[in-house]
Amino acid sequence: MNKLIELKNLTKNFDDQQVLRGINLDIYENEFLTLLGPSGCGKTTTLRIIAGFEEPSDGQVLFNGIEISKLPPYKREVNTVFQKYALFPHLNVADNIGFGLNLKKVDKSVIAQKVERMLKMVGLEGFEKRDVTLLSGGQQQRVAIARALVNEPKVLLLDEPLGALDAKIRKQMQVELKKIQQEVGITFIYVTHDQEEALSMSDTVVVMNNGEIQQIGSPTDIYNEPENRFVAGFIGESNIIEGVMIKDYLVEFDGFQFECVDKGFEDMEEIEVVLRPEDLDIVDPEQAKITGIVRNITFKGVHYEILVETDLRTYMIHTTDYAEAGREVGLKFGPEDIHVMCKMGAY
Amino acid sequence: MKQFKHLIKPYIVWSVILIVIPLLLIALYAFTEEGNEVLTLSFTWGNFAKFLEATYLNVILKSFKLGLITTFICLLLGYPLAFIISRFSERVQSTLILMVTIPMWINMLLRTYAWMNLLADNGIINHLLSFLGISPVTMMYTDFSVILGLICNFMPFMIIPIHTSLNKMDKSLIEAAYDLGANKVQTFVKVIWKLSIPGVVNGIMMVFLLSISTFVIPKLLGGGQYMLIGNLIESQFISVGDWNFGSAISLILAVIILIFMSLMKKMDKQDE
Amino acid sequence: MKKNSKLSGFYLGLIFFLMYLPIAVVVVFSFNQSKLPVAFTGFSLEWYDKLFHNSAMMEALVNSLILGVLSCAISAVIGTLGAVGLSRIHWKSKGILEYISILPLMIPEIILGMVLMAFFYMLGLPFGMLTLLIGHTVFCVPYILMEVKARLVGMDPSLEEAARDLGASPFRAFWDITLPLIMPAVVSGSLLAFAMSMDDVVISIFVNGPRLSTLPIKVYTQLKTGVTPEINALCTIMLGVTILVLILYSLVGKHKGGKNEQTDRA
Repeated sequence: MNKLIELKNLTKNFDDQQVLRGINLDIYENEFLTLLGPSGCGKTTTLRIIAGFEEPSDGQVLFNGIEISKLPPYKREVNTVFQKYALFPHLNVADNIGFGLNLKKVDKSVIAQKVERMLKMVGLEGFEKRDVTLLSGGQQQRVAIARALVNEPKVLLLDEPLGALDAKIRKQMQVELKKIQQEVGITFIYVTHDQEEALSMSDTVVVMNNGEIQQIGSPTDIYNEPENRFVAGFIGESNIIEGVMIKDYLVEFDGFQFECVDKGFEDMEEIEVVLRPEDLDIVDPEQAKITGIVRNITFKGVHYEILVETDLRTYMIHTTDYAEAGREVGLKFGPEDIHVMCKMGAY
Repeated sequence: MKQFKHLIKPYIVWSVILIVIPLLLIALYAFTEEGNEVLTLSFTWGNFAKFLEATYLNVILKSFKLGLITTFICLLLGYPLAFIISRFSERVQSTLILMVTIPMWINMLLRTYAWMNLLADNGIINHLLSFLGISPVTMMYTDFSVILGLICNFMPFMIIPIHTSLNKMDKSLIEAAYDLGANKVQTFVKVIWKLSIPGVVNGIMMVFLLSISTFVIPKLLGGGQYMLIGNLIESQFISVGDWNFGSAISLILAVIILIFMSLMKKMDKQDE
Repeated sequence: MKKNSKLSGFYLGLIFFLMYLPIAVVVVFSFNQSKLPVAFTGFSLEWYDKLFHNSAMMEALVNSLILGVLSCAISAVIGTLGAVGLSRIHWKSKGILEYISILPLMIPEIILGMVLMAFFYMLGLPFGMLTLLIGHTVFCVPYILMEVKARLVGMDPSLEEAARDLGASPFRAFWDITLPLIMPAVVSGSLLAFAMSMDDVVISIFVNGPRLSTLPIKVYTQLKTGVTPEINALCTIMLGVTILVLILYSLVGKHKGGKNEQTDRA
């Protein structure tokens, strides 16, 4: 795959507040890349710099190897799907979608054809003359996508495009967006704070916090091998425990040594361990090293959420087994369930 | 809350007696002859016929002309101003808008009088002109002084609604236009201007209505002989005493205003 | 968003200059020694002195103040009742009532003045303070009504219900909860109404009668004959009062905002 966009040491200050602190990121052709992070992490700013709505304070934006950070948005080969769609209320569906082509003085009949094809792709055939303000949220979303894609951009930028939709339509749109991306075969850069959305749609997930990239990787990498406490805490629920890496494949925490599958740390390096709640099993106390008392059990639909209090901390466990409150239990997990990561000072 | 529904009653009584009935009364006056008593009403079209005389028709044409000129210049000067203001940060914007509104609070007489100081034959401007060796220009009691006074008094009524519509416009619409390939001029013509039309229509209506019905400004800046619809109505009631004719003119003014408003509303709808 | 260019800054300055220049001229020349408003010859309070010794002017001022205070007080009661009443009813005619409530601000002033004059004449009311007072309430009420209405719209209806739930009678709930909450709007609306009443020329001309004169009417009649430095002084004082009212208004507004925040946080 070819490198399409390179962000090099991008920083951005608003007044005296630094929102981006040196972003380095390569984005490839035909990739579905998601910028994921809590609000204020700088993901939207990064997107707006790529779109051309903001100029970086420092650093470079390369598009096919050419610096574009000073180029106005209307001269870039990218298009944006806005958070609240930003459909022009004074134009109907067809005129909204044809807006960009109209500016390029494309022949009217060609525009009509392209608009029709786009509407078909997003599942809104026959909506040409509709008033955009009277469409449902999901329909407006589709029009916004069609309006951006009809210009045949190299990259489509999507700023929390599903944020305003209700849960059911959101799921449906996730599937459809992925389908559309595969159909048109261009790069999608997607901004969201919803980890589930990021994991289910993306080829690459970029986790951001405080204006810095925390981890770049495939959804499985990000979930299974979080690089630090922030990523582990942000993606899914987890038990994070401080410990020491005795040597390769051997880690110590909560006063016990465990075999693990991680290596490459220094011997006796202080680290943190992630144990996903669904990787923990409840067993009899004799069968496990770590034991504790069940403090609380909540039914969550598919599984129970059990809080087990040990001498040192409280573990969260997701399991289909039932264990009544007050019982002493053991916590069991295998070497592959232990995820070792670097210790972060700040968090 | 069901309680205190009856609180509305005194208000209804008040508004019927002081707003509804008096307004109906005017229609009665307009269609009846002078000097009648309530019991001996005699209906007539005479008051309206009188209006068709050339003198009176000219007054209405002149009012219209001045109203349109004032409105046009207010739009020409006010739109850029509202646009510039809308591009500042929220904080600066509210200060600037306050500066636009303050003159609305200041007495209309004062604002008009202030120009008399400047425009008079022996006023400041002429004084400056003679200082520069230019012979004095008569500015007071002309169309120029009246239009200037109207513009200065009513400009805020144009700026505020336009600014409101520009300010509440979703900024991402402008970004969307840029994103889709529109340059600055195209974005203004195709998006910003189109979306600000409701504000423009409101501004035009306000300024036109105010300038067509005023009588204080033309009286002060145009002199005692200067006649617009407002002055005509005032003179019929205050000095001439022909209330029936005065009511008829008011009714005509009201009809003109209604027609104008519905025309503007129609334009507004079409553009949407 | 791109920043404004120098040119647009210049334009902004120019328009504001034209808006404020004439007013500044009035203020400056009110302190001028010379009678002619063309050159500033020296600082003097002569015109203020003359003004305060002009008994007709002072009488007009007193009339205006009485009129302003009374019409504003009466309008505050009617306007508040109207706004609260409008918020409680769900009749079909509510729309018409709301339309009528702002009608006095929509009709050209001159028509309103003329209409009231004819109406008072027909009723046989003697023209004077009474007719002025009624006339002024007609355009003062809508200002207060609109302010209070806006405030009521922003108010959580469950506040009064909570008071009722805690055992307050309907009257107590209204008196202890709703009224204090809408009070800032009543006050700011009244200030607005007071300013309008003090400024009004058009309506007053029609309903004032032969003997009584308010300050704006006095100014208007004087202005028809030409410019005098005394008027400069009077206008400066009126400007000062207006600014004072404006400041009060914005203070009440701030107070209102502060309260809002508190209720939001609670």
